Amino acid sequence: MAKKQLVSVKVNGREREAAVEPRLLLVHFIRESLQLTGTHIGCDTSHCGACTVVLNGKTVKSCTMFAVQADGGEILTVEGLMKDGQLHPLQEGFKQEHGLQCGFCTPGMLMSSYALLHNNPTPSEDEIRRGISGNLCRCTGYQNIVGAVQYASGKMAEGKMAQGGAK
Amino acid sequence: MIHKTSPEIGGMGHSIKRKEDLRFIQGKGNYVDDVNLPGMVYGQLVRSPYAHARLKSVNTEKAKKLPGVLAVITGEDLAKANLAWMPTLSYDKQMVLATGKVLFQSQEVAFVVAEDRYTAADAAELVEVEYEELPVLVDPHKALDPDAPLLREDREQKNNHIFHWEVGDRQATEQVFQKAAVKASVHAFFPRCHPAPLETCGCVADFSRATGRLTVYMTSQAPHAHRTVFALVGGIPENNIRVISPDIGGGFGNKVPIYPGYVCAIVASLTLGVPVKWIETRSENLQSTGFARDYHMTAEIAADRDGKMQALRVKTLADHGAFNAAAQPTKFPAGLFSICTGSYEYPTAFCEVDGVYTNKAPGGIAYRCSFRVTEAAYLIERAVDVLALDLKMDPAELRRKNFIPASKFPYKSSLGWTYDSGNYEAAMKVALDKIGYQQLRKEQEEKRKKGELMGIGISSFTEIVGAGPAHSFDILGIKMFDSCEIRIHPTGKAMARMGTKSQGQGHETTYAQIVAQELGIPAADVTIEEGDTDTAPYGLGTYASRSTPTSGAATAIAARKIRDKAKKIAAYLLECNEADLEWEPGKFYVKGTPSKSKTIQEIAFAAYTNIPPGLEAGLEAVDYYDPPNLTFPFGTYVCVVDIDKGTGEVKVRRFVAVDDCGNIINPMIVEGQIHGGLTEGLAIAFMQQIDYDESGNIQGGSFMDYLLPTAVETPHWETDKTCTPSPHHPFGAKGVGESPNVGSPAAFVNAVVDALSHLGVKHIDMPITPWKVWKVLQEKGVAA
Repeated sequence: MAKKQLVSVKVNGREREAAVEPRLLLVHFIRESLQLTGTHIGCDTSHCGACTVVLNGKTVKSCTMFAVQADGGEILTVEGLMKDGQLHPLQEGFKQEHGLQCGFCTPGMLMSSYALLHNNPTPSEDEIRRGISGNLCRCTGYQNIVGAVQYASGKMAEGKMAQGGAK
Repeated sequence: MIHKTSPEIGGMGHSIKRKEDLRFIQGKGNYVDDVNLPGMVYGQLVRSPYAHARLKSVNTEKAKKLPGVLAVITGEDLAKANLAWMPTLSYDKQMVLATGKVLFQSQEVAFVVAEDRYTAADAAELVEVEYEELPVLVDPHKALDPDAPLLREDREQKNNHIFHWEVGDRQATEQVFQKAAVKASVHAFFPRCHPAPLETCGCVADFSRATGRLTVYMTSQAPHAHRTVFALVGGIPENNIRVISPDIGGGFGNKVPIYPGYVCAIVASLTLGVPVKWIETRSENLQSTGFARDYHMTAEIAADRDGKMQALRVKTLADHGAFNAAAQPTKFPAGLFSICTGSYEYPTAFCEVDGVYTNKAPGGIAYRCSFRVTEAAYLIERAVDVLALDLKMDPAELRRKNFIPASKFPYKSSLGWTYDSGNYEAAMKVALDKIGYQQLRKEQEEKRKKGELMGIGISSFTEIVGAGPAHSFDILGIKMFDSCEIRIHPTGKAMARMGTKSQGQGHETTYAQIVAQELGIPAADVTIEEGDTDTAPYGLGTYASRSTPTSGAATAIAARKIRDKAKKIAAYLLECNEADLEWEPGKFYVKGTPSKSKTIQEIAFAAYTNIPPGLEAGLEAVDYYDPPNLTFPFGTYVCVVDIDKGTGEVKVRRFVAVDDCGNIINPMIVEGQIHGGLTEGLAIAFMQQIDYDESGNIQGGSFMDYLLPTAVETPHWETDKTCTPSPHHPFGAKGVGESPNVGSPAAFVNAVVDALSHLGVKHIDMPITPWKVWKVLQEKGVAA
């Protein structure tokens, strides 16, 4: 067994640290070392996207990189989406639009959608479909996930307008 | 007609948002791999690289020496405990860990247990297995040849034949065919595919030496049945086994069988006295767990020149792989395949199926399908289109002419089923109108003149779901009833438990709506719990679209038992006779004096605080529901495709799905089920196959090769419905989860064939890849 390496990351706003084998996958670090089990594993070929997290502002499939590669980085997982006890508009959207069934792909879908809306707050249907095409869902047929992202996009625009009005 | 409750109560017909979502959208679901117990260790299977080989030796010494390795279990070790083989759900047996020889690639050979999953994986690499390759049998058509290698040396019967099954009147059918003016036939292969739920299979087996109890957290669609099998096979008293099926990341039939990994984890936990976790990789899931279909089918229809169907003859060769691990009711070796007369009136029919062994992974599970119904629906809907081509008749018109008329229900089919209710023409009309069928036919005519390829495919399927009546349905002898237990708490809130197990279908919401409908307690006040065999009443689980037809029915009946008792309490509280009371959802009131009333919540409180003399305290009931018949959902799907003549790529332009599943509990959830099933059907029709090369190497063993559609390939689905309630179900529902997977493959394929039919194409086998279409275009000389 190779010598353990210290990995320090900021996860969902909190500094976390653990000594890990260099070969430890980031997804196992998140799920097992940090006990954040919302991030899932659905395949072994980087296709399904159930393990998607946001690292330094970009989505990554956390099964496809080592924990040591994330050292010093900032990670957002599904557990970090809620703010001040309020659901993120995407979380709300998935519930309102029936964008999930078994829930297994949902955390990865949420994280990909989060990054998508961050880069493109008002995506078209086609842009949403492309934006989540790295994430597989076996239950929903994607249609209601598209609806959920549109819902969130609308809510976030409303939120911005309300903020603008308050100024 | 179902009385509509207020939105606050949220009974049947309300699209209330799902109760289970809140934990899933926060990443707080509890799937098997999320279970983390103190002292837990990890198991990893060693698998065979060969499809058929003699096991010369299994050397575990190097693996055992690796630091962190706790045990390595082989087939020989299991044989000492008489556990090297286990029963399948089809009265065959299957090797847990190989002894003597291996029969399919990726077969389980040894089980390594280590302190962490990385060490377990390392140690699995260190297990040295010596194989001597044997001739491989891949083609099921050669399975019965005299020179075919004998696969199952353990059986008394020294050939590769598993079963012959037939139903219907062979002779009468022959006679009709001899005289028939028109005979249409199609050879259709329904390829081997895999349900591939996004969560793979796995478990945590936790045997406590202190209490003698075994707790198994597992991806199980049928936790109670699995507990009983563990007790019978393992010899552990059933009261000392607790199966917990936590949140399940999709099942689709994949999580009905018992797999060797579960058994190995249990054996390891019994041996080591610590919790043992075993989680499959995706590749292991695709390569070794329950596949579906693999039916080589021929259908022939005899008809008169006007297109009136006279007889149906079906012959099928079923490839079951190395062990017959089909998950289906005992008396039905080919499942409910005899629903193959579909939506049509056949005066006579005959259907036969032969099952054979090959060197492939075992299975034959009901993938989003009520036991071979998908194969049957695909076959008949393909065959009807071939007949339409032969007769040069419009496929919609031919269907209309032969539908079982709405006036003839309940209808006894020539293969023995009594269809409960149906109105096929009505569903087809909605679908054709919605898609603009006549207009599309005109467009197609225009396009053909210009050399463009466009097709319209229709599938008017009938399903048979909700297994099933105790007189003919059992699995390993256990009758296929299902159950519900409801407890009303003093404050009027409720807890209900069922023998089924949701894998994403939304049971926590829909069952609560049934209770809300029957008792007027708001669905928000009803907690549903499934999957813990220590607390839930016994049941056979969720598959075959059986939850609503069986446990859903049990929920309504249990609620009605509670209402009967509530009425007695209300009469006592209101000082009147029971006969003077009227019910409306949520309260009893005195006839003619609506102000004199008691709400269900007041009654619940009285059941614990002011109990009428002579009545037991409490307000709860349990029901084990034996359905009097199956239910027969149906619908018409219409698909429009455009084909790229340069690449052979098929684009689904539109898809209209009209479903009739009787009375609906939650329209939002039903629509979601339809979307999901159509997407799986799309994948089967165009993208997926678990294929094998001539050496038995699996060709679809990971998501690299076994393709799942992404949001980009998936079209926008258009849904609609008709409503023909089941006459025998307590609230007229039929079950819906599988309809889109059953009905859609034929619609896709019919559309592609329709686009090419003027070139003389009558059939193309799934998956219809661009390569296959391109080859057809080349052959016909129309490629761009």
